[in-house]
Amino acid sequence: MNEYGPYGGHVGHEDHDEREGPGGHGVPGTEVPPESARRPAVLAPPDAADAARLVSFGLQPKLLPARDAEYAELLRRYREEPAFARLTDAVATGLGLVVLEVSPRAGMAVTAAEDSVFAVRMGDYARRATSDSTDRFLHGLAHLAVAALAFPRPEDLADDGYVGRISVNGVDAFVRQACRRLEERAEREGENTDPASDTPGLEAAWRVYTRRSATGATKDSRRLAGSTTGIVAKAAAFLADSGFLQRTGDDAGGTYRTTARYQLQVRDMAGSAAMAELLELGVVPVGDGSATLLPPPDPDAPEPAADAGLPFHS
Amino acid sequence: MTTAVSVSSPGAGRPAPGPAADEGLARRLRALACTAPLHDLDTRKANLAGEYGTYSMAEVALAAIDLVTLHMDFDTGADHEEIVARLLPRVAAQAPRRPAAEHERVARWVLENLINVGSVDRGFRAVYGTFGPDGEYVRRDYDFKLIEEVPGPGGGVYLRTTDEAVNVLVGALDTDVTSAQIAAEVKLEVLVSRGRLADAQLAAEQARYRTVQYAETLRRTLEATRRNVRAVDWLNAVPDMIAEALDHVADRYRHENAILTNIRRARDEAPADKNPDHKLCAAELVDIVKDCIRRHTQLQSRLLEAGPLFRAEQDRQAFAPPAAASGLDLYGQLLAPLLPLPVERAGKVTDAFFARGTGLRAPAAVRLGDLTEMLLTPPVPREHLGAEMPEPDLVATPDDSRFSEEQMEAARELLELPADAPRRLSGLLAEARRRDPELPYLVALLAVHAASPPVGTAYRQGERRLLFAVDDGTELDDPEFGGADLVVGTALLDAAGMAADRTEVAS
Repeated sequence: MNEYGPYGGHVGHEDHDEREGPGGHGVPGTEVPPESARRPAVLAPPDAADAARLVSFGLQPKLLPARDAEYAELLRRYREEPAFARLTDAVATGLGLVVLEVSPRAGMAVTAAEDSVFAVRMGDYARRATSDSTDRFLHGLAHLAVAALAFPRPEDLADDGYVGRISVNGVDAFVRQACRRLEERAEREGENTDPASDTPGLEAAWRVYTRRSATGATKDSRRLAGSTTGIVAKAAAFLADSGFLQRTGDDAGGTYRTTARYQLQVRDMAGSAAMAELLELGVVPVGDGSATLLPPPDPDAPEPAADAGLPFHS
Repeated sequence: MTTAVSVSSPGAGRPAPGPAADEGLARRLRALACTAPLHDLDTRKANLAGEYGTYSMAEVALAAIDLVTLHMDFDTGADHEEIVARLLPRVAAQAPRRPAAEHERVARWVLENLINVGSVDRGFRAVYGTFGPDGEYVRRDYDFKLIEEVPGPGGGVYLRTTDEAVNVLVGALDTDVTSAQIAAEVKLEVLVSRGRLADAQLAAEQARYRTVQYAETLRRTLEATRRNVRAVDWLNAVPDMIAEALDHVADRYRHENAILTNIRRARDEAPADKNPDHKLCAAELVDIVKDCIRRHTQLQSRLLEAGPLFRAEQDRQAFAPPAAASGLDLYGQLLAPLLPLPVERAGKVTDAFFARGTGLRAPAAVRLGDLTEMLLTPPVPREHLGAEMPEPDLVATPDDSRFSEEQMEAARELLELPADAPRRLSGLLAEARRRDPELPYLVALLAVHAASPPVGTAYRQGERRLLFAVDDGTELDDPEFGGADLVVGTALLDAAGMAADRTEVAS
């Protein structure tokens, strides 16, 4: 970290001087050395404050750079000054954050590193989930299903301009449909999927979802929290609170659209982490990265086409 | 998905039933389990606070499943309150002396128990045992629901019966929907032609259950299509399916219209003196078949919408430019491989996704000073209630009615005639004049109104008596009024019969 100069190195350099636009850097009166050589020497506590300020903007995921001049200015500085960018990254890392992307569209997109104080723990998220492994699974599955329906094709996840749209009831129906496929397949193959009584952990995942009721009437006409739509709605509301989704309406249990941050989070963090875990379990899903939503070679074939992606052929 | 719990080592002298025989046994055990919640109702009614022994809970439960099945529509299910309301007449008939509030409590109790509100899954579980192929005895959990709650389009919660419930209700429905329906209709036609209408009604009701099931199957398919175009094979499978379904609708429509004609003839030609039940039964049949036709028409309009929907979705999805970079296929590579795994292992993957996919939460940090101040601050009055409403300045409007309340009361009392003793208008007018010189005008007015009594309104509101007036040609002899000397009387209405009719029409 010796590139951040001592106090004395920061002479006559005020923050507002920086905002005079692209050619205005370093104008204040001193002799002007080449930027790459001069910049590292003059980073000082005010710069560290700016870097920390930018990280703090990143911690408010619902704040949009387009709506806040100071945020937009710090973003510009991050992108134009490599030293400031490194300083900001260091601040984020020190706080236990991972920088996903810094851009005008996503802002300072940071997320919590593992075991960071900022990380979301399942126990804080849903109290029942700590004691009940079924609930824990359903809450995790809801998050995965929201992402899968928000970005149904691999291109959607890769395309920066893509905005996904989901509804709570839609996500539930989507997972139920996938489960029904598996149920039908098991039935066709004459498989008895009823789990053995004393080994609940060995019950097939899809059965756990099918078994849970989709919704339920409660005394105060709120959504039944333990129902699958209740669980999906909680996930969607939580993601909206994290600045990952934006609520667009109340139809179909609540409709949402995705934000750039959510795409980054799913693409760079969650997707790969879950994938690694799945590979660890010895399940190797084959995919060549192309669109996977193809008609099945034979509609009656019980086995899925190797590259059939969406629920209905696998 | 199941582990075998070894009870005895293979070949230990136990009769080893073949897996095929065991499978049949398992199927029957599961079917048996579906009836258990109904029996359970009658067992558990003793635990309810109060004397509920007179109610036959299983009967109410079957009626409830019946009602929900019949009210399931293409888009929504049945409304909870409506089902309770429709159950009430049956519950009330079981114990007519009990208060209405108790009847409602029973209806709600039964319905809630069919949903199984107390459990988090809102379902039932039965345990049964089977022998595996290698001779091991395995205890298995069978989970099922009878009535499930589904989200409706308006955000409400609706009820739908599950396949298990329909099986409990009609029995042995595990057959091909189309062929079963054809069989039921042929049966109906034969029965009608032979004049066995009671059996025909049963067959018609079964045909209606099958129609509902058929619509449900198609609804699921179309819903899947709506979610993703390429998920469904639009080259062969779906067009074939739609063509088949349209043929089916056309066929059924023709068929049911033929049945309708037949039944109408049976209804109109049945000799009324011989068996009045036949006429009533045939009339009910007409309603049932009409409902079948309505459901088929609804199905047909959905089928016709499917093509344009596909084209619009294709435009939206297929013609979007492909992105240069390829990404992770969340469904195909994560969600789909995950669902068949045992929940214990699948949970690890979802945990990993949750841990990295939820982003961050800034932990709350509280200073003691702030906390103290916060706790001591009195709550701010809520301001979102808006400005205070000004007290409205009410002016009493002058009472300009021609007749006073007392006069109205007197006229009503005068016209409160016993059902078997109608009176002439002239006599009524004379009696009214003795009480109050203004009263005859009001009585005459009411009598003239009664000449065209509001029968329809009385029918809808279920009133028990109705004032009527008939002109039999006699001239009115009165100093103030002229015209016909009407015969004014009271007709008693069959309120119970009308209520039953209304139910029939609405269903």
